[in-house]
Amino acid sequence: MSVRRLHDVQPAGFKFTRENMAWAKTEVKKYPSGRQASAVISLLWCAQKQNGGWLSEPAIRHVAELLAMAYIRVYEVATFYTMFNLSPVGKNLVQLCGTTPCWLRGADDLKAVCRKMIGAEKTITDDGELSWMEVECLGACVNAPMVQVNEDFYEDLDAATFEKLLDDLRNGRPVSVGPQVDRQKSAPVGGAQTLLDPALYAGKARRVPKKAAATGKPKETPARKFVLKAPEKKATAKKPASLTKDPKKLTKARAGGADDLKRINGVGPKIEGILNGLGVFHFDQIAAWTRDNVDWVDEQLSFKGRIDREGWIAQAKQLSREDKGK
Amino acid sequence: MLADKDRIFTNLYGIHDWGLKGAMQRGAWDNTKGLIAKGKDWIVNEMKSSGLRGRGGAGFPTGLKWSFMPKESDGRPHYLVVNADESEPGTCKDREILRHDPHLLIEGCLVAGFAMGAHACYIYVRGEFIHERHRLQAAVDQAYEAGLIGKNACGSGWDYDVYVHHGAGAYICGEETALLESLEGKKGQPRLKPPFPANAGLYGAPTTVNNVESIAVAPTILRRGATWFASMGRPNNTGTKLFCISGHVNKPCNVEEEMGVPFRELIDKHAGGIRGGWDNLLAVIPGGSSVPCLPASTCEDLPMDFDSLRDVKSGLGTAAVIVMDKSTDIVRAIARLAYFYKHESCGQCTPCREGTGWMYRVLDRMARGEAQKREIDLLLDVSYQIEGHTICALGDAAAWPVQGLIRHFRHVIEERIDQYAANPKPVDAVPMQAAE
Repeated sequence: MSVRRLHDVQPAGFKFTRENMAWAKTEVKKYPSGRQASAVISLLWCAQKQNGGWLSEPAIRHVAELLAMAYIRVYEVATFYTMFNLSPVGKNLVQLCGTTPCWLRGADDLKAVCRKMIGAEKTITDDGELSWMEVECLGACVNAPMVQVNEDFYEDLDAATFEKLLDDLRNGRPVSVGPQVDRQKSAPVGGAQTLLDPALYAGKARRVPKKAAATGKPKETPARKFVLKAPEKKATAKKPASLTKDPKKLTKARAGGADDLKRINGVGPKIEGILNGLGVFHFDQIAAWTRDNVDWVDEQLSFKGRIDREGWIAQAKQLSREDKGK
Repeated sequence: MLADKDRIFTNLYGIHDWGLKGAMQRGAWDNTKGLIAKGKDWIVNEMKSSGLRGRGGAGFPTGLKWSFMPKESDGRPHYLVVNADESEPGTCKDREILRHDPHLLIEGCLVAGFAMGAHACYIYVRGEFIHERHRLQAAVDQAYEAGLIGKNACGSGWDYDVYVHHGAGAYICGEETALLESLEGKKGQPRLKPPFPANAGLYGAPTTVNNVESIAVAPTILRRGATWFASMGRPNNTGTKLFCISGHVNKPCNVEEEMGVPFRELIDKHAGGIRGGWDNLLAVIPGGSSVPCLPASTCEDLPMDFDSLRDVKSGLGTAAVIVMDKSTDIVRAIARLAYFYKHESCGQCTPCREGTGWMYRVLDRMARGEAQKREIDLLLDVSYQIEGHTICALGDAAAWPVQGLIRHFRHVIEERIDQYAANPKPVDAVPMQAAE
């Protein structure tokens, strides 16, 4: 248990802004009638935000009146839950996780940085920009050590990056939220080792295929990406609509090297890369596309109708003939 | 290693679109109407035969829990409450579901709620997950707009509402009855059981509280069949599970793996091995801070599932694997956990309120060596006085890490005490920092 008391100096009054009041009314509607007390936490949270990051006594009274609750019940809630700050905080409130998983990976170093740059716990810097406190596990343990500043998580920190982060925040410079090292969210550093099967992302509802399947994947495994064909995942549930449509693929160019697909009018280096990724390296492959194949590739490129408009197949046939003639 | 095609959380790392279109492309919301049309009994039986055990820590069979709800309403509404108050140290799996695959959760809410006769569902998200909460709310809005939930959800004829609620930083609200209290707008102090929530839960109405992961896997299990899920893992420990690997590994990460995956395989394949190699492993906390730690010697071939870990006097808990290498001061590590429980005790039951603080203070001294050896047995005894003597399991959770420490690392504490006794004021002593 932590002992928490209201601040010595309290403002004269508190009232929700008109906006917040309207929001509060919709919030109460989430709960059955007569159960409006359920909204107490979200209303107190809103009051804290409006009040510059801390909860004053008049704010607690205001919420109690709004929800027709006894004042003591709201006071209990405000002192029980540790996210309610009962005394003023800096404009950027740094909540530093010090629980074992973060501690194992160097939370103590981050604490030292806070002491150096901000001062003792719960003090506010003279410019009012920063204050810090140690909190218990914030639930980003595989990205340890981490801090939460106001609403944002900053993960995978070390003393140097954290010092820079605090400095940037203090001076209002832009900062990037999330992992501070080269890493995709909670995937291992260096790229995910799992969820690489493209069949997982080739489901039937692919009205917006875009580049989702091609981005963010580790670059070193392009060969693996499109060799697996059948969407085995959800095989019982989904009709693999794309199965019949996708054209014949090669895992790599035939001996003699890939054709320069850029010679087709309309294909640039970008599209050539995508086509190669799809297992298309030669003009005669394109020349042999059926109607379904064209539709399928069209979706992959997310350029509706372009293949037809620019007559890729006719061009490819021509180019293929020319090359053979040489 | 689990094949990609058998993974349920296909957007675990947030590489792909979290929204409705992306989720549908990955297979969510596929024929949900058909699942509902098969009826409540079919859903509950399918969940039972899948062998899914609750993913929130206790490992209670999910299908069985759903079957405890009254078959017919006595006039009171039924509620489904999803526990997204993830705050067990080491655990960060539900966060990934909330922010990267929210539609799996929302669809799960619908089928689970239908199976227990509920028309409303509250998802209680921990207060610190602010962006995750907004993301979930956005996904709920998308689902309403597409008619997947709301009146006549998915065209099934069942009305269903999903509300996103949030807490404000109290670990204890992860306990199901404390969560209900909090949801009712009170302090999060657990209720005495019985009555169990299935009889008198939220607002006194029949309620089932489930973890995010348990609910989010349900639609996929129903679609692909209980036998598919049960074919993975071992009997009584079936299916796949999200593991959170943190601490002294080369590449900490979240990963979905088969239940019963050997510890070494899990660490080597996904987390890049132990920092400094396998010989550098000291201890592992295999299931979040609440379970006792295990020394390196027992870990290597250990299958990671509920029963195997119980057999070595630990537990799978939330499958949050915290790895500690030989550079770790294990006494200090457990003392920090004791501080966590001191901080998070709700103060309702005396053994827990007083005991957690007492254990922390003793462990804090032991970490410095300023203790007597007989206090080790006293500490163990006190931990047994807390365990099982409180309303909820927080008392147990506070006692187990301490018991694990003494069971496996008593010699470390004794050495520390000897060192201090031989040289009470070492010249290179690091000044203690206040733990506030």
